[in-house]
Amino acid sequence: MAAYIPILIFALVAISFPIITLLIARAIRAGSPDPVKAEPYECGVRATTTAFDTRFSIRYYLIAVLFVIFDVETIFLFPWAVMFDRLALFGFIEMMVFLAILVVGYVYAWRRGALEWA
Amino acid sequence: MHGPLYDLVLLPLIKIVVVLAAVLLIVAYLTFFERKLLSYMQVRIGPNRVGPRGWLQPIADGLKLFVKEDLVPGQAEKFVFLLAPVLIMAPALVMFSVIPFGPELWITDINIALLFILGVSSIGVYGVILGGWSSNSKFSLMGGLRSAAQMVSYEVPMGFAIVSVLLMARTLSLVGIVEAQKAAHLWYIVPGILAFGIYFICGVAETNRNPFDLPEAESELVAGFHTEYSGMKFAFFYLGEYTNMLVVSSLATIMFFGGWLRPFPNVAWLSFLDVIPPLVWFLAKVGFFIFVYIWFRGTFPRYRFDQLMAVGWKWLIPLSLVNLFVIGLGVLLLKG
Amino acid sequence: MDFLVQNFAVLLFSLLAVLTVAGAIGVVTLKNPVHSAISLLGTFVMVAALFVLKHAEFLGAVQLLVYAGGILVLFLFVIMLVNVRKLRPESAFLSNLAPAAVAVGTLFGVMVALVMVLSRLAGPGADPTALRTVEGQVLGNTEAVGWVLYRTYLVPFEVVSVILLVAMIGAIVFGRRQASLEREEEGGQG
Repeated sequence: MAAYIPILIFALVAISFPIITLLIARAIRAGSPDPVKAEPYECGVRATTTAFDTRFSIRYYLIAVLFVIFDVETIFLFPWAVMFDRLALFGFIEMMVFLAILVVGYVYAWRRGALEWA
Repeated sequence: MHGPLYDLVLLPLIKIVVVLAAVLLIVAYLTFFERKLLSYMQVRIGPNRVGPRGWLQPIADGLKLFVKEDLVPGQAEKFVFLLAPVLIMAPALVMFSVIPFGPELWITDINIALLFILGVSSIGVYGVILGGWSSNSKFSLMGGLRSAAQMVSYEVPMGFAIVSVLLMARTLSLVGIVEAQKAAHLWYIVPGILAFGIYFICGVAETNRNPFDLPEAESELVAGFHTEYSGMKFAFFYLGEYTNMLVVSSLATIMFFGGWLRPFPNVAWLSFLDVIPPLVWFLAKVGFFIFVYIWFRGTFPRYRFDQLMAVGWKWLIPLSLVNLFVIGLGVLLLKG
Repeated sequence: MDFLVQNFAVLLFSLLAVLTVAGAIGVVTLKNPVHSAISLLGTFVMVAALFVLKHAEFLGAVQLLVYAGGILVLFLFVIMLVNVRKLRPESAFLSNLAPAAVAVGTLFGVMVALVMVLSRLAGPGADPTALRTVEGQVLGNTEAVGWVLYRTYLVPFEVVSVILLVAMIGAIVFGRRQASLEREEEGGQG
């Protein structure tokens, strides 16, 4: 476990670095607040609605679901790959069956237009 | 004072501070290098006012951002708005804890290093989504969501490309991958040229760089998820992007170009190349990929969002699966 | 100082465990769903660290990659697709709070008791190197998982791909219906 202690220390350092920098900057930076400056960016006109009222396409959800499924699939590939020399042909066939089943889903997604954006 | 405290805490801490300082210095000068290089590609001179030939430009930029007014939109979610730059910067830096820069030149070597890097880099997505969401600006939110969709989409083929390297190296340790290439008398770029291509394209997309810099498509989204950011918070988004570029380039070097190894590490008559220390080889290779990044920016026009998704889902995923099959079959036949 | 060094693992475990539970409490109690999601992110990362501390390195990485890096992104997308500021507190879930709390509490107590009894039966602390051993050779956690998963648990592994296939098809069918609704309203932006 000793190999992970430097990572823990690095994580603490890496998190505190931006926080400390922001605190120092807060102490020395210029500041002249103004209600107009606090308005969100809008292109040439006054903002009428806030961003939280904006609605988004369901496609973002679809992409996220497909990503999670493929992500889980990738995870299964890692232990397979590192043991590939021992699992040999048997392991190869096993994994190709696994991937083939998911390729069916991938083809289905493509045919049903889930991968189209426009 | 060689107690357990020294070995477990103090020594790593010294190494970490050195690596952190080096990374930040390199990243700062990367911005200068990029501006100079781009301007030469466009037959301009680029920044040349601050210091001799403009060499103090990054320091001037840093100072300026440090003392700039820090604007927070009135209706923003203050806490999340503050958290987002930290969530971009911290994971990008932590990844350097497992990257080997040369023989015996690493902070730590763990046997899940590659998975660790993939996992930590996937946390960077939150900085983008939350930064875009908390600003309460339409442009930020749209840019953040697009950017997140882009990053997760390209993570899939990237994972497949990395697995094909693992089939050859059969270890997740980055040190182990370099040593496997030495033992195999071969850089993995030779059998893994397709995997490298997929990996690097995904790496460019993951870091939101040209031609995949959709989230910052300034002509339509102003500046994407960091439209509302200014001062040091903006600086951290900027630094985070360049740090991630360094990580992607380092991984490309380690997985496909033998890390700190010289070219043809086992050819005896080339041993005069050992005059150049391993660290320099490593940095030179990383520098080359950084150059390619900037070269892309100077060359390619930006993709449209639907084209970008099509490239990721319809080209890179099937291609990376085919690559996995071919490399698996190749390893099987050569060993069997 | 010596106390710190000697009990390092226990202290670290306690700290991570407290942070994990604190994050989980935050997920439930925070009003804003995005804040809950951030709290959940903290919990996931702490759980990953706990796995590593208990020598299940591969599991820790999976926790980070799949839960923190995948599933939570999905959560956030869903939170952003619905306008969270317009949602009112859902009364249906809050009315039967007391019986629900009793039921969940009992279940939790039974689980804790079971774990304690089972771990007593297993003897004082299982050998952590067993998590890294393949045929008597100490390799690594990932290797050990691979060896067991692709030989002993071959059928469950293949079943997983069918489950993933079902999930994929389900999401597409669901998403398609939603997309056609959206086209009628022409409200979607992207």
